[in-house]
Amino acid sequence: MTQRLPIGGRVDRTRTLRFTFDGVAMTGYQGDTLASALLANEVRIVGRSVDLGRPRGVFGIGSEEPNALVRVGDDPMLTATTVELYDGLAASGLAGKGRLDPGFADDARYDKAYLHCDVLVVGGGPAGLAAALAASESGARVILLDEQPELGGSLLGARERLDGRPAMDWVAAAEARLSGVQVFTRTTAVGYYDHNYVVAVERRTDHLADRPAHISRQRLWHFRAGRVILATGAHERSIAFPGNDRPGVMLASAARAYVNRYAVRPGTRAVVFTCADSAFAAGDDLRAAGVEIATIVDARRGETVTRTVAGPDGALAGVEIGGRIVECDLLAVCGGWNPTVHLFSQSQGRLRYDQNIHAFVPHLSAQAEQSVGACRGTYGTAACIEEGYAAGGSAGNFRIPVSDARHEQPPAALWTSGAQEEAFVDLQRDVTVADVARSIGAGMRSVEHVKRYTTAGTGADQGKTSGPGTVGVMSALLGADPGAVGTTTYRPPYVPISIALLAGRERGILSDPIRVTSMHASHVARGAVFEDVGQWKRPWYFPLDGESMDDAVLRECAAARTAVAAMDASTLGKIDIRGADVGVFLDRIYTNMYSTLAVGACRYGVMCTADGMVFDDGVTTRLAEERYLMTTTTGNAAAVLDWLEEWHQTEWPELDVSFVSVTDHWATVAVVGPRSRELVTSLGVPGDMPFMTYREVGLGGVAARVYRISFSGELAWELNVPWAYGRTLWETVLERGAVPYGTETMHVLRAEKGFPIVGQETDGTVTPQDLGMSWAVSKRKPDYVGKRSHARPDAMRADRKRLIGLFSAERLAEGAQLVTAAGMVGHVTSSYHSAALDRPFALALSRDAHGPMEAVWDTRRVPVEIVSSVFYDPENLVRDGSPSTWPVSHEGDWLLDRPVSALDAYRDRFAVAGADAVVRAREIPLAIMRETHGADPGEDAMRLGPEWWIGPAGDVDVSGQRTIVELTGPRARDVLITGCALDLDPRVFGVGAYVQTMLGRAQVILRRVDDDAYHVYVRSSFAGYLAEWLLDALAEWSHT
Amino acid sequence: MRHPDFLWRNPSPKSAYDVVIVGGGGHGLATAYYLARNHGITNVAILEKGWLAGGNMARNTTIIRSNYLWDESAAIYEHSLKLWEGLSAELDYDLMFSQRGVLNLAHNLPDVREGRRRASANQQNGIDAEWLDADEVKKFCPILNTSPHVRYPVLGATLQRRAGIAKHDHVAWGYARAADALGVDLIQGCEVTGFEIDGGRVTAVRTSQGRIAAGTVALAAAGHTSVLADKAGIRLPLQSHPLQALVSELLDPVLDCVVMSGAVHVYVSQAHKGELVMGAGIDAYNSYGQRGSFNVIERQMGAALELFPIFSRVRVVRTWAGIVDVAPDASPIIGPTPVEGLYINAGWGTGGFKATPGSGWVYADTIANQRAHPLAEPFSLDRFTTGALIDEHGAAAVAH
Amino acid sequence: MLLIRCPFCGPRDETEFHYGGQAEIAYPADPSALTDEEWAGYVYLRDNPRGWFHERWTHSAGCRTWFNVRRHTVTHEIAQ
Repeated sequence: MTQRLPIGGRVDRTRTLRFTFDGVAMTGYQGDTLASALLANEVRIVGRSVDLGRPRGVFGIGSEEPNALVRVGDDPMLTATTVELYDGLAASGLAGKGRLDPGFADDARYDKAYLHCDVLVVGGGPAGLAAALAASESGARVILLDEQPELGGSLLGARERLDGRPAMDWVAAAEARLSGVQVFTRTTAVGYYDHNYVVAVERRTDHLADRPAHISRQRLWHFRAGRVILATGAHERSIAFPGNDRPGVMLASAARAYVNRYAVRPGTRAVVFTCADSAFAAGDDLRAAGVEIATIVDARRGETVTRTVAGPDGALAGVEIGGRIVECDLLAVCGGWNPTVHLFSQSQGRLRYDQNIHAFVPHLSAQAEQSVGACRGTYGTAACIEEGYAAGGSAGNFRIPVSDARHEQPPAALWTSGAQEEAFVDLQRDVTVADVARSIGAGMRSVEHVKRYTTAGTGADQGKTSGPGTVGVMSALLGADPGAVGTTTYRPPYVPISIALLAGRERGILSDPIRVTSMHASHVARGAVFEDVGQWKRPWYFPLDGESMDDAVLRECAAARTAVAAMDASTLGKIDIRGADVGVFLDRIYTNMYSTLAVGACRYGVMCTADGMVFDDGVTTRLAEERYLMTTTTGNAAAVLDWLEEWHQTEWPELDVSFVSVTDHWATVAVVGPRSRELVTSLGVPGDMPFMTYREVGLGGVAARVYRISFSGELAWELNVPWAYGRTLWETVLERGAVPYGTETMHVLRAEKGFPIVGQETDGTVTPQDLGMSWAVSKRKPDYVGKRSHARPDAMRADRKRLIGLFSAERLAEGAQLVTAAGMVGHVTSSYHSAALDRPFALALSRDAHGPMEAVWDTRRVPVEIVSSVFYDPENLVRDGSPSTWPVSHEGDWLLDRPVSALDAYRDRFAVAGADAVVRAREIPLAIMRETHGADPGEDAMRLGPEWWIGPAGDVDVSGQRTIVELTGPRARDVLITGCALDLDPRVFGVGAYVQTMLGRAQVILRRVDDDAYHVYVRSSFAGYLAEWLLDALAEWSHT
Repeated sequence: MRHPDFLWRNPSPKSAYDVVIVGGGGHGLATAYYLARNHGITNVAILEKGWLAGGNMARNTTIIRSNYLWDESAAIYEHSLKLWEGLSAELDYDLMFSQRGVLNLAHNLPDVREGRRRASANQQNGIDAEWLDADEVKKFCPILNTSPHVRYPVLGATLQRRAGIAKHDHVAWGYARAADALGVDLIQGCEVTGFEIDGGRVTAVRTSQGRIAAGTVALAAAGHTSVLADKAGIRLPLQSHPLQALVSELLDPVLDCVVMSGAVHVYVSQAHKGELVMGAGIDAYNSYGQRGSFNVIERQMGAALELFPIFSRVRVVRTWAGIVDVAPDASPIIGPTPVEGLYINAGWGTGGFKATPGSGWVYADTIANQRAHPLAEPFSLDRFTTGALIDEHGAAAVAH
Repeated sequence: MLLIRCPFCGPRDETEFHYGGQAEIAYPADPSALTDEEWAGYVYLRDNPRGWFHERWTHSAGCRTWFNVRRHTVTHEIAQ
């Protein structure tokens, strides 16, 4: 049995497709939707309604469908009307809800891309096609989107003739003239946001039986448009009467499109119920397709359908007209047309109610936007085309075709017919006229309240066919004008979009950049366990075979306290600060003095926010008279740079000071322990450097910076070499006897000395004074950021929580509250087992308390004893090591001769990714790069900011700060637009152009070096992330 | 469920009231109800510019919990939670209050410390709180991806079992019906355009429906508080931002608890009807537009998918934003203002819904007794001058 | 996704910027001369208008310039 017509339609009868529905094997044709194929196979009942369990069938033709909910493959809930049929499709009907498989792992690919245009046309029906054509011929860059697999819009489902020929001939001719227009079919605009930002989903492989795994299944396009032309058409609406939900009740326009476009009869004997002229054309077309038209009920002549009757299966068997039953298996309903104003409303445009067509239409645009055709309430193909040409901007070049369609009179307003019970206004949510009436009886007057009381319009269809009907029913019940009732707010997305599509490629390792240091590969090879610190992966500890974390940390601590140990300290933020006024500037930023710091000396400093709370800390060194090097905490590096720029640019622009981030340029190895001097002198470090000083030293033939600073209390050195030499330096230090240690040991060592960690001992409510750091708060300076707040009553309270030390018989949980008879007085901020003390100890923030104190967490209560917060070497006796054993330097007996780039590990993967004729990535060898603030340093420097340059010449060596990747090939731009939101159109982004922007989630300098060649400069710590991102993007082109 | 056949009258405003509450959201409705019920003050009007509970009350993700860090916050939110526990019965309205447990996930070591600290403080404050390790988290919420191999693995979580969700409209309508029944006039479509202040004391409000004299005026306007206060000549330390949320299509039951992650900016629950309800972080910029930027939603969904891989093909059907008013310490401001007779209850930021009963209770008491309720005292405007802030950023900056 | 015009780099997506709140809140010349209340005003009080707002942004993913923008807090329109 089939309702397929022998000829006609836009299906390809030479390509039969097999599919199953609820386990039953069926066939359809290429060009079918699942809905048309189901109708061809006489499947009337597709699913059940969500609350009442009533049988439901196909009601509409496209994304407005409220009823025909299906599961297709792994997609839990789709509408049968939007699923293109493919061979092997397996679908099942739903009862209003989707179901998720607990073990489901989606292996499909989803991605995003970004484009710019002068004119974005949404909708490829007659109005949109005309607009795109006219806009393109005026010279604009035009993008045209359409939801369907082919252009034509409503004409796909009509028998209308233009200029005496089938309307689709006009579509084909127009399409052929769309020179230079980027056309996206199977692409639905889902969101219209501020500043003419339109987001659309392109279904790239969903219609294919064999979906290539390397091509994204769906792509989320982000368009930034100079202006937007909306040509989104109109949705036909239904009429609420009892039993208007039965399978066999269908929108008249849908019934018409099924016969014309898909060559499928949705029934054999039809009643047409309408209050608008368009349904007569539907009747004509159904009749022409061999459907018996029992009668056409035109409400404007005083007739209505007052209810339906069902057959044994619950599907339509007849309708009641004037008290008599007319048998039929199809009821084609037309309650008028609602312009599809969703995107217009999302753009913040204002609607008005048009009393002529009884619908809400666009009134006032809020952005550079124009609605044309049916979506602004225009009737008739020719009129829509005329509006499209005019909006496109070159209307004079085009002739308006002559249509053979009947001129349509305005519809009548008809919202309900018959009784209220079982008269559905919202099919998907089972909401009836009676429900709306009850909500009004309860006191509700707002359409928003009625929506919430009844749930009308809250389904996956968001009430595309029902929303205005609800308003109409309300207006009828309240005796109010629908315009006064208003609509609920239209919100994105226009059609449902999957969570995976919204996530795109930002999954797994690409979900957030992983930052690593130059020594990372060594850490991995050594079996380090890593800790996430912001985006960084830092070694947490280095277990030996079978060693527990506790044992590893005790061993690492012991090495640092008794011998020599080393840590990768590269992640600390490093900011090179230059200018005549750096000292003055730092005096204002830090709580302590920097202008008096001697050249070559280092000083620990604390900075506060204006409210006086500790914001960051670190050691800052005076490299030269007018040059300092600031270090920040790992997590705050970017925030501190923002902070410095903010104060300089917005408050003290008169100060001569500039900032260069060198975090990634310098690789830092901390060498710690009583035997560290032997080790570092063997590398060429002068062993007599005093504590808190700095030297520029040649290490292994490389210009290095050495700081004699200590975060452990031990004799310690921080060796800094450019990125490319970091790994070799690290390996050399370990070869010469240092035991590697991670962040946990670093935390233990500093806690033994009572050094707080910002973010661990502080939480945004702690002042330097609370930390016992009044010594680092200058009394002499007239001001520093936060000073005034330190004089507020609350900051001066005697009972503030302060940093204290604790001893206890067992190790406490960090976060445990401290409790006395008076209640909670503080909490444990840090807690470890000390190798040096051979006992547990802790730091805490606590008020002064009397009597016994306990630390409490979970079910534990552990007595604690308050002690000094400096547990180890309070007199600082060990930090200079033993003077008698100061050896001399052994400079020159080793070489740092193996520079290793940040992309070293990716060379082979780049070599096999992509395809020669399409796109390739490769690393550009290390180059000298220097940053300058001030005048153009010349030598083809790139200007990064008003007075900020990067090039081979200049002030600050940043050669290690960035790594360069080259992307070449005709598809290079197609790779870049999947992660760069800028306009990379060759007409805009010419050869030689460069920008600082984002690629994926990495900050980059992007430079177009040739027609099809780009250089991407990325922070070296992000290079691995960017490489993974590029390799993932190249996957799409590796099969061509 | 079937809603009652009658909820409220739609009266015209009288010329004078003892108390005029500006803002007919959850807090305003609860305040009116408790004024009438606890204090016998029934000559009260609520003036709502739009439709009742159409602001943040209609836009939030309905999470209810009390596991805040500081004693002051914990006290007021716990007072609220205790009221929630009896509220359906008291209002004779099924609020669909479901104490299904809220997990606050920890993804890094600072998160773990903060979580344990908060759980320990909660326990000391008599609030149920547990610390779960990753395996226990997996047991409590089996569909959560607790693999150590994801970008930011779940290291543990705090669990408040008494926390959960309720149905926001039901809450609002339950309070509205009860307040209406006690004689409170609920006036919708009535915008306050100014205040009459005589000798430093507020005497009336000017509205789109005329002048209404008032003995006391109480602001309960959430994101619009600054705009109203400005009309009374008061500057407040509040900024209004978009806070976005979204829902999916309906699904069979798949998630029976609430999962929140401050570190990756997402929180998820499944509502009674079956839709997933998810919230995002606050948009950075000031806005009254009730919409946010799309990139926030994209990030949020990426984070959600890392936690719940099985949500991959679930479809989002609607996104929106509320306007949250945020104070510098992410804590509310409750109490008197420099204008005599004018009270403020604002700055609830992302925490407004869960606070509804407690806030209404405390605010009504403050209005009735013309002094701050003890639970409201720490939340005075004065704290910004003394510096005694109640900084809940650690616990509530993103989390809700 | 707002489109914000950096004075140096030109129009860019909002994600390249950090927000800086109300513009032209000058750091007091002598904080020590202020009362607690006046100081609290500087630290905490900011306009929060429903309408045009003079605010700061910094192009943190680009040239790091701090600049002022006039933006409407309802329409999000940015004055050119």
